[in-house]
Amino acid sequence: MKSNQITLTFSSIAENVSIARLLIASIGGQLDLSLNDIEELKVAVSEAVSNAIIHGYKSNPDNIVYLNLEITKDSLIIVVRDKGCGISDVEQAMQPAFSTDPERMGLGFVFMQSFMDELQVDSKLEVGTTVTMKKHLKQTPISSH
Amino acid sequence: MNLEKKIERLTLLLRIDGELDMHTAHTLRQAIDNEIEKRGIRTVILNLQDVQFVDSSGLGVILGRYKKLLPLGGKLKITNVPPHIYKIMELSGLPKIISFYQDEAHAYEEGRGA
Repeated sequence: MKSNQITLTFSSIAENVSIARLLIASIGGQLDLSLNDIEELKVAVSEAVSNAIIHGYKSNPDNIVYLNLEITKDSLIIVVRDKGCGISDVEQAMQPAFSTDPERMGLGFVFMQSFMDELQVDSKLEVGTTVTMKKHLKQTPISSH
Repeated sequence: MNLEKKIERLTLLLRIDGELDMHTAHTLRQAIDNEIEKRGIRTVILNLQDVQFVDSSGLGVILGRYKKLLPLGGKLKITNVPPHIYKIMELSGLPKIISFYQDEAHAYEEGRGA
């Protein structure tokens, strides 16, 4: 697999979540991932970006979300970063059904964890949150293309 | 996201076309809550046949409508769920709480006879 890197920075508005998904879906297509894998990547990215907008920036549209995709020989690394309020207790935030909002299911991190091979959350109050997700890529020695 | 609405007595049928994420969740919530509050709708049927994507924001709105209808003696029913959407829903535990039907006819049928 050729290594590749893409960075997308965008305003913290809800409309941009689908653009982040489009990007990961086309990268998934380039990597010849299965439709199911691509679907899962889309959910993971959607959750991370939604969290950045809703929680990191408290839905204030005047901020920037940073999405970085890196393809290495054996993995796809997705980094979603905000310079928002940060999470006071990362461990608690990652618990299933933990939500600060009763309308939400508290499943964001559960989905990220289930659909990615590795998940790391670094957060600092008033500095921001960085979510790093990794998907291992299968080595395909012979390409049919 | 496009919503096709059909109202029959106290039942609201919504055919949802598009992606259910934090952006569209708001529209769906308002569309359903308006009918519950203004028309006294008590059964909401969501046909998800043409839903291409759902994440926890979308699932949250569905669960939220279920919770809103419950104390009103109402019901939320889901029909025509595409397999890839069902997988996400299953992981969330939603099918343990909310009734799923293969199509609209089955959803209308159940609970009507009495």
